[in-house]
Amino acid sequence: MSQSIDYSAFPNEEGHFGPYGGRFVSETLIYALDELQSIYSRLKDDPGFQAEFDKDMAHYVGRPSPLYLAERWTRELGGAQIYLKREDLNHTGAHKVNNTIGQALLAKFTGKSRVIAETGAGQHGVATATVAARLGLKCRVYMGAEDVKRQALNVYRMKLLGAEVFPVTSGSRTLKDAMNEAMRDWATNVDDTFYIIGTVAGPHPYPQLVRDFQSIIGREARRQSLEQAGRLPDALVACVGGGSNAIGLFHPFLTDESVKMYGVEAGGLGIETGKHAAPLNKGIPGVLHGNRTYLMEDENGQIIETHSVSAGLDYPGVGPEHSWLKDIGRVNYVVINDDEALAAFRKITKTEGIMPALESSHALAYVEKLAPTMSKDQIIIANLSGRGDKDILTVAGLDGITV
Amino acid sequence: MSRISQRLNQAKASGKKILVAYVVNGDPFPQATLPTLHAMVAQGVDVIELGVPFSDPMAEGPVIQKGHERALEHGTSLKGTLELVKQFRATNNTTPVVLMGYANPVERFGYSEFAKAAANAGVDGLLTVDLPPEEVVVLKAELDANGLDNIFLLAPTTTVERAKKIAAHASGFLYYVSLKGVTGAGHLDVDSVKSKLAEFGQLTDLPLCVGFGIKDPETAKAIAGLADGVVIGSVLVDKMGSQADKTAEEIAASVGAIISGIRNAIDTL
Repeated sequence: MSQSIDYSAFPNEEGHFGPYGGRFVSETLIYALDELQSIYSRLKDDPGFQAEFDKDMAHYVGRPSPLYLAERWTRELGGAQIYLKREDLNHTGAHKVNNTIGQALLAKFTGKSRVIAETGAGQHGVATATVAARLGLKCRVYMGAEDVKRQALNVYRMKLLGAEVFPVTSGSRTLKDAMNEAMRDWATNVDDTFYIIGTVAGPHPYPQLVRDFQSIIGREARRQSLEQAGRLPDALVACVGGGSNAIGLFHPFLTDESVKMYGVEAGGLGIETGKHAAPLNKGIPGVLHGNRTYLMEDENGQIIETHSVSAGLDYPGVGPEHSWLKDIGRVNYVVINDDEALAAFRKITKTEGIMPALESSHALAYVEKLAPTMSKDQIIIANLSGRGDKDILTVAGLDGITV
Repeated sequence: MSRISQRLNQAKASGKKILVAYVVNGDPFPQATLPTLHAMVAQGVDVIELGVPFSDPMAEGPVIQKGHERALEHGTSLKGTLELVKQFRATNNTTPVVLMGYANPVERFGYSEFAKAAANAGVDGLLTVDLPPEEVVVLKAELDANGLDNIFLLAPTTTVERAKKIAAHASGFLYYVSLKGVTGAGHLDVDSVKSKLAEFGQLTDLPLCVGFGIKDPETAKAIAGLADGVVIGSVLVDKMGSQADKTAEEIAASVGAIISGIRNAIDTL
């Protein structure tokens, strides 16, 4: 049934992916979203805008990122050939910058002088502060007070880049609260401020435009697979927090029926413990942060706290397009626990000399399970969405080592 | 005729301004809410806006966020809020009660189940901050079927074109958000409220009540001079939060005293 779907027709005009997505915001923000939508629909097919985006991708980010055959790891697992899409080699070290460059260009074309962002681990905050520095835009990054403590290095990076980091002390003091606070800032400063959302969530048109900017990952990977392996991959694997790196990889392959897709959620201490961040596996549909999507909530509809060793996956919701892709059965959403992700982090570091982010390590841990079940002539592409330098202190801490 | 329309017509007939007052159910502790509602009515509140606490109150400033957090610490829920309204109705069958909150608790309850239970409890209307007209269609049909008003927001950023559409679907009253920002913000500009209300007033026969950022009798008076009514919230929630160690009666009395001051101010325009 999925092959008959025209994926490019989603979201519809109102921003819906089936029952998901939409625009669940206070009236004050409607005008700003309308404005963003009309500017984006004009610019996305504008040759001047595209040329500037492509130029930045090539010369500032360093794209295309390599598609790397992990031969030693492949041999060790003894199954499918494993290719890694090396988003970790992008400027700033993760896929996030693809989107912040796109949105900063939108800010520039709309004449806004100030950008704001929310961040959890700090990767999106750093990517936003980076593009703001380059374009001379004022930048404030909202970050949960707990995360400010846990991610001191990224906080300082953002400050060096000229951004103001604003610790959020409301609610659970983490990513979701940072997003609430960024929305409040936007409602207050809507005239001069552009809100750069970091993932494929939030009110329409954000899930669409973040997807479009991140789809460069999948377009490159598809072309590279045809060039290097002579054919399309059999499976794609990517981690899913909000889900931007996964949508970026998956989207250009959605109509390729033969390509199976696996989105990997954070199982934390195990989904049976309740301490996880796997709304697609254990949540139910609801409304948060401007869109309808699968959420982790209690029986009264209150959003509950999540857990993952990886701060970038520690979010109670997920992009609405993933919710829809789950329901129609196009993508399989699976779970990897903290300990499995940490094991993959160590394994890939030692086997391939590549240190993956803990987020990406969830995807790689699933490859460890998947590859041996496939034959040697089959191909898996895993999205190595970010590098693991930022996680060294976390891993050292778990080892009882103070660096 | 609904309780809301009845009360608003009465106010109009007597030439009085409408006073809408917001507190969060269960804040700072569950027993405080009921006596506070009665005290507010005794001091001249026309419409009670009862906040339903939510874990992620995106449109609230810091004062009301804290109110939501205090209420949630006591396990306050949407179900419990309907219970509270039922208790209020045991001795007051005339003052309209509008629930104000966010979509997710209502989604979880189930739109149809919620609309029936709310009507049954004596609720008169619902204001869901994150359900703009485009997204409220399904819920509104359920509210309509149960005789409940959906209260819509208009903002300084709302275009006249859009306001026309909103006004066409609205019932009860329209709530004008007086500033770009969150509840309790400090930058209310009376002149800009005046010019926007002049525009929006042309589009509807419904009363226009103005809220967000009205903190004292002077501002209430200035705004009441331009609108059919005023909404106050943060100043009450702040007062309640600062008295978490007092008795329910003491809290109710202190909120009543603030209401009395605002009532006097808007009655002597």
